[in-house]
Amino acid sequence: MPEHRLLLRTHLGVDFTKLDNYLKHGGFKMWPRALELGPAGVIAQVKASGLRGRGGAGFPTGTKWGFLPKDERPRYLVVNADEGEPGTFKDRYFLEEDPFRQLEGILLSAYATNAHICYIYIRGEYWNSKDVTEDAIAQLYSAGWLGKNIQGSGFDLEVYMHTGAGAYICGEETALIESIEGKPGMPRLKPPFPANWGVFGMPTVVNNTETLAAVPVILEMGGKAWADLGTPNNGGTKLVGVAGHVNKPGLFEVPMGTPIREIIYDLGGGVLGGADILAIIPGGSSCPFLTKDEIDIPFDFDGLKNVGSMLGTACITVIAEGSDLIKVMGRVAKFYQHESCGQCTPCRQGTGWLHAIVEKLDAGAADEQAIDLLIDACNGIDGNTICAHGEAAAWPIRSICEKFRPQLEAEIRARAAA
Amino acid sequence: MREAKMADSSANGLAFSPQTKARIAELLTRYPRKQGALIPVLWLAQEEFGWLKPAVLELVAAELQLSKASVLATAMFYTMLYKRPHGRFHVQICTNVACYLRGSDDLVATAVEVLGINPGETSEDGLFTLQQVQCLCACERAPTLQVNKTDYFDVTPNQFRALLEQLQTDGLRLGPSIGWPGADESTNPPDASTGTEASYA
Ligand SMILES: Cc1cc2nc3c(=O)[nH]c(=O)nc-3n(C[C@H](O)[C@H](O)[C@H](O)COP(=O)(O)O)c2cc1C
Ligand code: SF4
Ligand code: FES
Repeated sequence: MPEHRLLLRTHLGVDFTKLDNYLKHGGFKMWPRALELGPAGVIAQVKASGLRGRGGAGFPTGTKWGFLPKDERPRYLVVNADEGEPGTFKDRYFLEEDPFRQLEGILLSAYATNAHICYIYIRGEYWNSKDVTEDAIAQLYSAGWLGKNIQGSGFDLEVYMHTGAGAYICGEETALIESIEGKPGMPRLKPPFPANWGVFGMPTVVNNTETLAAVPVILEMGGKAWADLGTPNNGGTKLVGVAGHVNKPGLFEVPMGTPIREIIYDLGGGVLGGADILAIIPGGSSCPFLTKDEIDIPFDFDGLKNVGSMLGTACITVIAEGSDLIKVMGRVAKFYQHESCGQCTPCRQGTGWLHAIVEKLDAGAADEQAIDLLIDACNGIDGNTICAHGEAAAWPIRSICEKFRPQLEAEIRARAAA
Repeated sequence: MREAKMADSSANGLAFSPQTKARIAELLTRYPRKQGALIPVLWLAQEEFGWLKPAVLELVAAELQLSKASVLATAMFYTMLYKRPHGRFHVQICTNVACYLRGSDDLVATAVEVLGINPGETSEDGLFTLQQVQCLCACERAPTLQVNKTDYFDVTPNQFRALLEQLQTDGLRLGPSIGWPGADESTNPPDASTGTEASYA
């Protein structure tokens, strides 16, 4: 199968946490190119690449940059390195093993959007990532790749790390902005969107770590070539993870649109013990689950959307036959209840109900009607909340109830008989 | 905490070390508003004092010229900002889906057995706080756990048992801590109120 090595460079065995090594392997070669193209030229390449946000929502990056208002207010670039979506382990690669990729992407993107301050919002639990990325920033400052008049270009950029403190919801971009402002991480109502009213009320671009890390690659190969790597409207390559019940869990890079089956069996080494697949979570636990009959679809934003799920963070969790789906659902429900910021009643109360009902099921204290109750509670949350956390809780649970009903009923009967 | 105390920059006799003061001054240059530095300063305060007892929050509020209420609201929101003392070793086991599928519940059982405490509890000697944590985002190396700032991946129950026993031995030598790993213990002796919830009223 066509594995690509544009972003993921572990195979080279090079220590990319050292600036010298990064530069030796073509690092920052795109800076003169960007200066040649000018900000509008860089944006044009990113638009031509069709790059869609790697944080989960898949919004076209070039379009997002184009939303910045043409006024005189200072602009900010904010990097979402708050990786926390259960099942996900891709941004960690850049933060710990190839930190300059993201930082080169930051420089190019800040230049393109005319931002002079960048905050990298990094997850609190990512101690090692913080150390490595902080050290990489320090190396760049001493080598004149950050700060004032970068490499004599006249362009200034300050990059600061801002460390989260254990709140998943701060991955949501407006909660993240609130958190940078020193407030509880409660998502804002949109509009206004961050492009207009972001950090400290200023125009702000928020992009995921992997999104920004792709920008140097796109400039190097050209937007069109990047787009051609994937499927229409889903350009480029993508880091994909495979975890759970597989023989070779790991992080890989494939062109967008590679069938899920190939990712699980060719890269992930197939299911443990040769078992059949019971369910998969395609891209973090906020995504509706898939059955084993749905794994021949192309792994890209549209492929997943067509089967009522999402590409999300593109890190797959494989659940083998014989697993206990009620228990799996319990872990999912517990997480979203715990991480609800509590602003909206349907999310705050609804996630609590979901968790309580699943716990009852797990304890053998509820019958099949609880499945309908769960669906009902999910419907009560869906579409009625300020941010997508509510849906992130409701969709996976509802998908389990709807797609795996016979399995759940069997598990309920088994508990009753026990 | 009464409002009147807010103006006192050495609330309850607490004061930041000169090094922390210097770091706060640098942090303040990074944000156009002082409140932007609040979470980084709370981190520094936690590193220095072990946990964010009410007097520490007052000190932060005074230092950043913020209302006590806004400092409290932010401190309360984030789980990694400690509102009560933790053990010297903060053991956090990931029990989310991928780790569950690869045996994390056995790790929890091992910890409960070896440490004699349940998730969410701190041992009476102040050495261990045990918690289940949400996905540490290293699922390809599940099951995962963290002790203070160190990650452990692909952990088997036997390895974990050995690790905990080693920590127990280390702990007997070191004694209980003041909370945050690495907090300055020379100037901040262990808090007498270890294990009790502070009152932020
Ligand atoms: C509950 C919730 C959690 C999120 N967590 C993350 C996250 O950890 N990392 C991330 O990049 N985006 C996360 N997002 C998506 C962000 O809101 C935002 O869309 C993204 O950072 C935009 O960057 P991109 O366009 O480069 O993907 C989350 C969204 C929601 C609703
Ligand atoms: S949906 Fe949930 S997490 Fe999002 S704002 Fe509402 S309560 Fe907070
Ligand atoms: S589920 Fe444990 S690290 Fe992701």
